[in-house]
Amino acid sequence: MEAVLAILVGLFFAGGIYLMLSRHIIRILLGVVLFGNAVNLLIFTNGRVMRGVPPIIAEGLDVPAGAVANPLPQALILTAIVISFSFFAFLLVLAYRAYQQIGTDDTDGMRVAEPVADGLPPMGY
Amino acid sequence: MAVQGEIIDKTAAMIAAPVPAADWLVIAPVLLPILAGAVLLMIRHSVRWHAVLSVAVLAVLVGANGLLLRRVLAEGPVSMTMGSWLPPFGISFTVDALGAVFSLTASIVAVCCCVSSVRDVDATGRRYGFYPFLLLMMAGVSGAFLTGDVFNLYVWFEVFLISSFGLLILGSEKSQIDGATKYAILNLVGTTLFLIATGYLYGTFGTLNMADLATKAGQIGDAAPLMTLASLFLLAFAMKAAAFPVNFWLPASYHTPPAITGALFGGLLTKVGIYALLRILVMIFAVEGVALAGVIGWVAVATMLLGALGALAQSDIRRIAGFLVISGVGTMLAGIALGGNGGLSGAIFYALHSMPALSALYLLGGLVRQRGGSFSLHQLSGLYGASPFLTLLAFIISLAVAGLPPGSGLWPKVMLVRAALDSGAWQIAAAILLSGFLATIALGRVFILAFWRTEIAGVQAVAGGSMSIMGCCAVVILTLAMLAMGVMPEPFVRVSGTAASGLLDASSYVRAVFPGGGGS
Repeated sequence: MEAVLAILVGLFFAGGIYLMLSRHIIRILLGVVLFGNAVNLLIFTNGRVMRGVPPIIAEGLDVPAGAVANPLPQALILTAIVISFSFFAFLLVLAYRAYQQIGTDDTDGMRVAEPVADGLPPMGY
Repeated sequence: MAVQGEIIDKTAAMIAAPVPAADWLVIAPVLLPILAGAVLLMIRHSVRWHAVLSVAVLAVLVGANGLLLRRVLAEGPVSMTMGSWLPPFGISFTVDALGAVFSLTASIVAVCCCVSSVRDVDATGRRYGFYPFLLLMMAGVSGAFLTGDVFNLYVWFEVFLISSFGLLILGSEKSQIDGATKYAILNLVGTTLFLIATGYLYGTFGTLNMADLATKAGQIGDAAPLMTLASLFLLAFAMKAAAFPVNFWLPASYHTPPAITGALFGGLLTKVGIYALLRILVMIFAVEGVALAGVIGWVAVATMLLGALGALAQSDIRRIAGFLVISGVGTMLAGIALGGNGGLSGAIFYALHSMPALSALYLLGGLVRQRGGSFSLHQLSGLYGASPFLTLLAFIISLAVAGLPPGSGLWPKVMLVRAALDSGAWQIAAAILLSGFLATIALGRVFILAFWRTEIAGVQAVAGGSMSIMGCCAVVILTLAMLAMGVMPEPFVRVSGTAASGLLDASSYVRAVFPGGGGS
């Protein structure tokens, strides 16, 4: 099970990085989402996958009788999902505003903050 | 499920005694700004209260951080675990000298920036939430400095990151949207790398408590790919700290927002990356950190020199400041690369100097813009005649940032160069001196062109206005702090030394979290 998930995580990472190498903001953002989901799966896999054994301690015992599913990765992933989802929503709005204001979603064309023809500073007076 | 009436012995997993009142001080620096930020959001229609409340809360924050630092210096690290769980099951907040002194300096810088913003942030900026963003960002920064849990550190990174997005785009200028797009995407990728490393860390150790990790990392030996983990953390935090070659988001974005926001970012945010590097690569992965020292050293050399060269090539004061932030990051990385008490305390002292110094430089840029009407060296002239007071401030701040006496940058650089020469790392010593020299030229040119030059041939002088009193007050406070650091460095050297030895020998940090000794 871990091996399958590990391969899936690798594919997600590869797809995410490939998309992030694009010049277009919207593809970069899709890459960021894939990247974020790859991490969520990665944490899940790192917590060791165990199916069908809920982490509930039977009555009269102090510790679970056998191996149980690890609940902690789910808490970590839930936090990470909330954060990455809100970031993605923000980035989508930001990208849309950038498209409206600058008129392009091509990162090569986004040179408002760093103009190409800025010139050298004065050398003397 | 507990049967009613039956008493369960919880002492194996829970802390039975209530948290002593004094220990709440540990999370006060996070609670205060987060609650105040929430209150400001609730009273978002009465914006005239925002500035006053924010200054007051940040002043209390400085007080709380001061008390915390005094306690930590007197008693050693203090720890508090959330929800009364025994560590490492609960999330611990653990404060040692390093975290407390960073948090205190950051809050002093924040209160100065907040004072300076009282008149300069217009009604629109307030309505869109400048002050709530500022307070929530401070909550994130303080949380990052004080937490004792790696995943919690990630959460605080995201808290200050999302608040910084809000601050960065406030005003919605074209250039701000452009800069914010690059800043947001690259920083999000950086923190995602941090999360990847955290996932592997959990998979390897089964714990995320820093004290627990510091114990276990030394014992696990060759059984785990610790070098890979350390390298991943190095990449993630270097990206946050804007170290070469992952620094290009910083000069693309930090000059776009108003000077106050630039001052907050330039002063505080990159230092969180440096702090995290110190915490993870020096305290937790001590062996791997030393093994990576060669790489960090060359990264530091490149960051210092390229930052200073970048500053030389700019004509916008804010962009010069941005590149000087990068150069300073290189200097702190040099200290981390050198290691040992000398190098680390130099890096920590440099961070303490760099927070007020870079903030003051950005705020000074804002004052220059108010007085001279421009940020550009092509258009500024005659400020010496117009305002000798501003000239004096600019002179002292330039000295401090460039690392010349009597400014605060001198002593940490002396410590770093001595540590470099002691360990035979001549390239680091040379790079520190050379980058200081180049920064002197870059700032000297600002001084010559904007202040000394009386008029520009063939260019219509830009009309300037008057400077805001509050802005001047903030810069004067920061300048006095830098002069104090430069003239009386002993207490700062001592605190940096304590912080560095706390990193090198984590035993007192571990003891604060696990009083009974040992980990889980």
